[in-house]
Amino acid sequence: MKRSRFPIAVTALVLAFLYLPILILVANSFNPARFSSRWEGFSLVWYARLFHSPEIWEAVRNTLIIAVSATAVSVTLGTMAAYALHRWAASRLQRLHYTLIYQPLVVPEILMGISLLMAFVAVGLPLGLFTIFLAHVTFCVSYVAMTVLGRLQDFDFSVIEAARDLGASPWQAARRVLLPLLMPGIVSGALLAFTLSVDDFVVTFFVAGPGSTTLPLRIYSMIKYGAPPMINALSTLLLAVTLTAVLLSQRLASRRS
Amino acid sequence: MKRRTEWLVSLPTVAWLGLFVVIPTLLVFVIAFRPSNPYGGIGRGWTLETVRALAAPGTLVIAWRTLWMSLLTTAISLVLALPAGYTIARAPARWRNRLLLLVIVPFWTSFLVRVFAWRSLLHPDGPVKRALAALGLVGPQATLLYHPAAVVLVMVYTFLPFTILPIYAAAEKFDFRLVEAARDLGARPFQAFRKVFLPGIRRGVVTAVLVVFVPALGSYIIPDLVGGPSSEMIGNKIAQRVFSDRNLPLASAVSAVLVLAVLAPLAAILALQRKGKKSDIVIGEAP
Repeated sequence: MKRSRFPIAVTALVLAFLYLPILILVANSFNPARFSSRWEGFSLVWYARLFHSPEIWEAVRNTLIIAVSATAVSVTLGTMAAYALHRWAASRLQRLHYTLIYQPLVVPEILMGISLLMAFVAVGLPLGLFTIFLAHVTFCVSYVAMTVLGRLQDFDFSVIEAARDLGASPWQAARRVLLPLLMPGIVSGALLAFTLSVDDFVVTFFVAGPGSTTLPLRIYSMIKYGAPPMINALSTLLLAVTLTAVLLSQRLASRRS
Repeated sequence: MKRRTEWLVSLPTVAWLGLFVVIPTLLVFVIAFRPSNPYGGIGRGWTLETVRALAAPGTLVIAWRTLWMSLLTTAISLVLALPAGYTIARAPARWRNRLLLLVIVPFWTSFLVRVFAWRSLLHPDGPVKRALAALGLVGPQATLLYHPAAVVLVMVYTFLPFTILPIYAAAEKFDFRLVEAARDLGARPFQAFRKVFLPGIRRGVVTAVLVVFVPALGSYIIPDLVGGPSSEMIGNKIAQRVFSDRNLPLASAVSAVLVLAVLAPLAAILALQRKGKKSDIVIGEAP
């Protein structure tokens, strides 16, 4: 049976399309030209400039504070949510719970940004790192819950009952049996939450206040008001970090299964 | 006893999402009927003025543009994602994981960075413009940026991985012997694709359409960075009302319209999901 080559050709084009801008960006980060229209040789000048920019370091600090705290809280809440969703799947409470968790995944980000801004303004909460943290937990929780739920699909609850029959307290059973079994799901949920928090622009833009500039907010103002070559260098570094994280999580996932 | 454990485990997320998703969304509808105050906050009392401001012809033009640009993005993404999802599902196991990883990596890369990359590509001095000019396809004065086509192109670029994944997930479960049977019975490749494969992965296609169409309706960064005044979308209007005019009630009113526009396709997703056994949505999940 002869198979058409057309879909393979389209796939190759799609992959080229997906990677072309990224490759050009990485190449330009090593180009000393002010406007990267012509290649002027290999240089690390933009990287050097980047490392000497205090605004960048301040933004990196804010980004990490928010990402670490939002990941910790959303992984805890999201794992509990996934457990409940799977354990009592048929109950009415869990159907409502699922609908709630589903919302942030599909509703456009700008709507989450604007509605949270309205809520913070309405109760008079000053905008800053804390409001960004609240917003990030809100969307990260859903992604963590869905990721852990995915791993739970083929989870056998009888191991918990076995542990209980053998005399473990509910807490011991959760900590010694359930948690280790769920770990791969929790780790990939945490990586996802961390990446989403580090990368978020739209929601953060709406709920950020003075003195709470994160990396994406800094990149945005660099794009809008000049300094493009430095963004190439910064983006290339970010790419390197995310690629390492993806490969690490792949390695982890394949070892566990 | 069991009920109590269920409540205890579910309460944290139910309370959190109620507090930070449900109440804020309802608030958007309430604030749309409040007057603005001169300090950029929310005034006292109630008014219908913002609702009247919505009926302005400018708003309708933007609502219509948002709708057709989102539909166009969805259609183009689907046309590209169908062959890609099909190819990945039919690839040998070793290749399948590599291809999936290649599709997922852009998802893990900073969204802002990818939009920025297109901005430099489409720039008047950028490689795409120079290549097109060298081929004589565009004049030396043409601008590729700030055009609705640029916005659709970059939207397709960012949403494409989201379209490929659900189609792949559905195609992977599809029994390809059905396509071979159709071919043996004399169907041409395209006929077999349209009459056998496409109906077989229907649920994946519906999911793909919705995960592109709904976020596209709320696009903001892409039209902001690669579009111009002739390609503004509803998202840009919301941001302008918040950051330029400091008119929160008007921003609320525009957002309320967007919430309603998004609700219809969302209800469709949930209805379909409830009918099926397992979610077809794979979000950033490593293969």
